[in-house]
Amino acid sequence: MKLPPFDYRAPTSLQEALALLADHPGDARLLAGGQSLIPILAFRLAQPALLIDLRHVPSLNHIDINDSATTLGAMVRWCEIEKSEPLPQAQPLLYDACLHIAHFQIRNRGTVGGSLAHADPAAELPGVAVCCEARIRLSSGQEIAAAEFFTGALQTTLAPEEMILAVVFPAWPAARKWGFAEFARRPGDLAIAGIALFYDLDMAGRARDAHIAVIGATNLPMRLSSAEARLNGADLNEAALAAVAQAAADSADPPADIHASIAYRKSLVATLVRRALVQAMSR
Amino acid sequence: MQIAFTINGAPTAAEAQPRVTLADFLREKLKLTGTHVGCSHGVCGACTVIVDGAAIRSCLTLAVQADGCHVTTVEGLSPSGDLSPLQAAFRKHHALQCGFCTPGMLMTLHALLTDEPYADEARIREVLGGNLCRCTGYIPIVAAACEARIAYQGAKVQP
Repeated sequence: MKLPPFDYRAPTSLQEALALLADHPGDARLLAGGQSLIPILAFRLAQPALLIDLRHVPSLNHIDINDSATTLGAMVRWCEIEKSEPLPQAQPLLYDACLHIAHFQIRNRGTVGGSLAHADPAAELPGVAVCCEARIRLSSGQEIAAAEFFTGALQTTLAPEEMILAVVFPAWPAARKWGFAEFARRPGDLAIAGIALFYDLDMAGRARDAHIAVIGATNLPMRLSSAEARLNGADLNEAALAAVAQAAADSADPPADIHASIAYRKSLVATLVRRALVQAMSR
Repeated sequence: MQIAFTINGAPTAAEAQPRVTLADFLREKLKLTGTHVGCSHGVCGACTVIVDGAAIRSCLTLAVQADGCHVTTVEGLSPSGDLSPLQAAFRKHHALQCGFCTPGMLMTLHALLTDEPYADEARIREVLGGNLCRCTGYIPIVAAACEARIAYQGAKVQP
């Protein structure tokens, strides 16, 4: 369980960090908070020649909120999100989901960029990013939609010489209805399943523009389009809740592992969709 | 590589290989064996130490990442050698049995109560969710934490 040998550098500028990355094609890993990378090294799932610590790279740790978007820098830590005063109003779903991330000590180290790059299918931030159609800003100058960025369990489109700079969430209408529900054996553990959802209301009080995303119960965070279709245009009553929950469970394609069977995870998805919808309706 | 940091108030410089975790460095290089290593992959919380005011898992931090930082371990809780108020509350409430998890419990709670001396029981329980105890159970630990709060309140006004 000791880490494999590697070199370590702590560059003091973005240019220097990117140059180091380019000099070690495929053989260097960026170290942000290290809360996923260090266990990966301990289990010898990766043996990079070089770790590039980003802790001295400036301007990656800002939370910027304006009328059109909320931008979280790659080195923003969970504890900083938790303590942000404007974020609960600016991005309530994002804020609430982040409160479910990991334990106290890990929240003091873990970062936005690290979570996105690690791409655990049970992680909250990738799920909320997909739900909210957030965009991931890369060092190459590109911005990529979260839904295209994640390609599988622990897999993304990030190129070896690229770095995540920030994630950009579109502005959030104040009247939007939302819910977040997950189930884990301990608070702070990775979710066995989780649901992030929101919708707006049309003039007649029916749901429109529904977004429902699942984590934990699929091999990557994804929206459940058939459940969204059930919700759009629906009067929000008991029958609609049941139909949306069933559609979500039917379209989820969960893995079976030591934590839960396929049937259990599908059942959880239905329950969590229902809970998240009840939250949304009460807001 | 050479690193320099403050450990329990004392400036320290030492050689650290990049692959060595802060937990192993504290125990093996500095002989500060109060920090315990349970799982080595960030699940159990026994190795919790405080870096620049924040409780962290020292098994998920490299020693070289502590370069330039202020590190506090369980040995630094009470420079006088007497029990700190939190430690005294642990003893009074029998908040340990085998004691393996205790350094991590103490450092987690010390960081929490320094920041949030009016933390309610629910908050204390939530934070302790990151620390495993396999023998005492959490009820006396939570009771000790609740009792120790007053020692941290000092001039801090209840929010």
